[in-house]
Amino acid sequence: MAHSGINVLFEGRNLIRLFGGLWTTVEIAAVALVLGLILGVVLGVLRTFPSRLLRFVLRLYLEFFRIIPTVVLLFLFYYILPKQMGVNLPANQVATLVFALWTAAEMSDIVRGALISVPKHQRESGMAIGLSRWQLYRYVLIPQAVSLELPATINLVTRVIKTTSLLMLISVMDVINVGQQVVEANNQKYPTGVFWVYGIIFVMYFVIDYPLSWWAKRMDKKRLERANG
Amino acid sequence: MKKFGFKKLGLFLGIAASLALVLSGCGSSSKSSSSASSTKSTSQSTVQQIKKRGTIRIAVFGDLPPYGWVNKQGQRVGYDLTLARQIAKDLKVKPKFVQVNANNRVDALNSNKVDLVLANFTVTPERKQVVDFASPYMKVSVGVVSPKSQPITKASQLQGKNLIVTKGTTAENYFTSKQPNVKLLKFDSKTQQFNALKNNRGVALADDNSYLYAWVKDQPKYTVGIKSIGPKQYIAPAVKKGNKSLLNWTNKEVTSLNNKGFFDKDYNSQLKPYFGKEVKPSDIVIK
Repeated sequence: MAHSGINVLFEGRNLIRLFGGLWTTVEIAAVALVLGLILGVVLGVLRTFPSRLLRFVLRLYLEFFRIIPTVVLLFLFYYILPKQMGVNLPANQVATLVFALWTAAEMSDIVRGALISVPKHQRESGMAIGLSRWQLYRYVLIPQAVSLELPATINLVTRVIKTTSLLMLISVMDVINVGQQVVEANNQKYPTGVFWVYGIIFVMYFVIDYPLSWWAKRMDKKRLERANG
Repeated sequence: MKKFGFKKLGLFLGIAASLALVLSGCGSSSKSSSSASSTKSTSQSTVQQIKKRGTIRIAVFGDLPPYGWVNKQGQRVGYDLTLARQIAKDLKVKPKFVQVNANNRVDALNSNKVDLVLANFTVTPERKQVVDFASPYMKVSVGVVSPKSQPITKASQLQGKNLIVTKGTTAENYFTSKQPNVKLLKFDSKTQQFNALKNNRGVALADDNSYLYAWVKDQPKYTVGIKSIGPKQYIAPAVKKGNKSLLNWTNKEVTSLNNKGFFDKDYNSQLKPYFGKEVKPSDIVIK
């Protein structure tokens, strides 16, 4: 029984299609992460500025994306905005946009947290030797913040990759969506095929996410070793 | 100087972010009120515009064999897909398929993601209020399956006996409201209900006839004794509410395909291998 189930993966082009779906997933996640992380760093730096209005607006942006579930955001951008404003993007672009904005929001908080946890005397010493604000961030704060924020950032990256499994809800042909097609098409012939299809999807996500989370753990350990001698 | 530039940049970004927020806020707050009014002139896909664009976007299922699914070669096939390709061919445009699931078929139309829905879409009064249905191309109704040794061929044979159904199906609905003398044994899933029939927990089982046809094909001891009972339900192409141009064109297309015997051919190539010999095209196809 179990033996016949695994064959569902090797029928026709099934396995190639699953990898095709995985590629769509990875592509969307990668583009969204690059855009989101860059925007997030900029927003995070801005959130440490003294202007109250600016901080309030960015805080609102963060809370908006952090509180609203990703599914709702996807529906909002895919079905509701086009109806209201006539902006009509293909599903893959909507997905990339939503994930980039979400990543940026979360990242801005990570960066802000890292910047304000750089010891205060560092900032004050920088100001005392007459650095401009730009120089202060460029040479003093950001380099020290990077190592503080790295583990949290990698954690965010793995979360974003995992959450791409929601994309099937807005008709993106990601790996989960292709998996369901394969399961339903072969239900009669391979009743146990569902186990193998989701099994291989599990392995795919694991292979992508686990090295990242391992790396994050290692970085954090190293940082602590450095900090505590 | 530097400091000033930084501030300006910050202000600009802040304004952009807040604008995005306000706009998206608008979208969500007016969601409930606006479903009836379609204001955008661009959101219509008339036959002319589709021809000019060169593609028709059609919502289909990707996981419902034999109506709309993907075979192991990765091609979209099925009864609905054959029709979809024929429609595109007759419009002289390319089809572009958007895969949907049952509960976003209406949204896909209303938010202008697709021009036409061909996803086993059953006509119901509720759906008629939000989309426009063209002429139906398929019919389904409740059927009753029973062992060949003790076949049930009339509803009167069921009086006072146990009939197996799945909760929430049209079959349950029909027998509860129209045949109150039939005792119902209700189950949660298809697998459970078929197992119950095999264990003789009831004299027969009622469900959508197309499911039953597919099931008895692998079960030589059983037969669909009552092929159709209660009101018929129709499966039809749907367009966005108010899209008269495409609606009229689709109506004409369904009629002309019917006259050419297209649906019989479609039935024989896509559905017959699933339903077996017991079923005739006239049980499914509309004449």
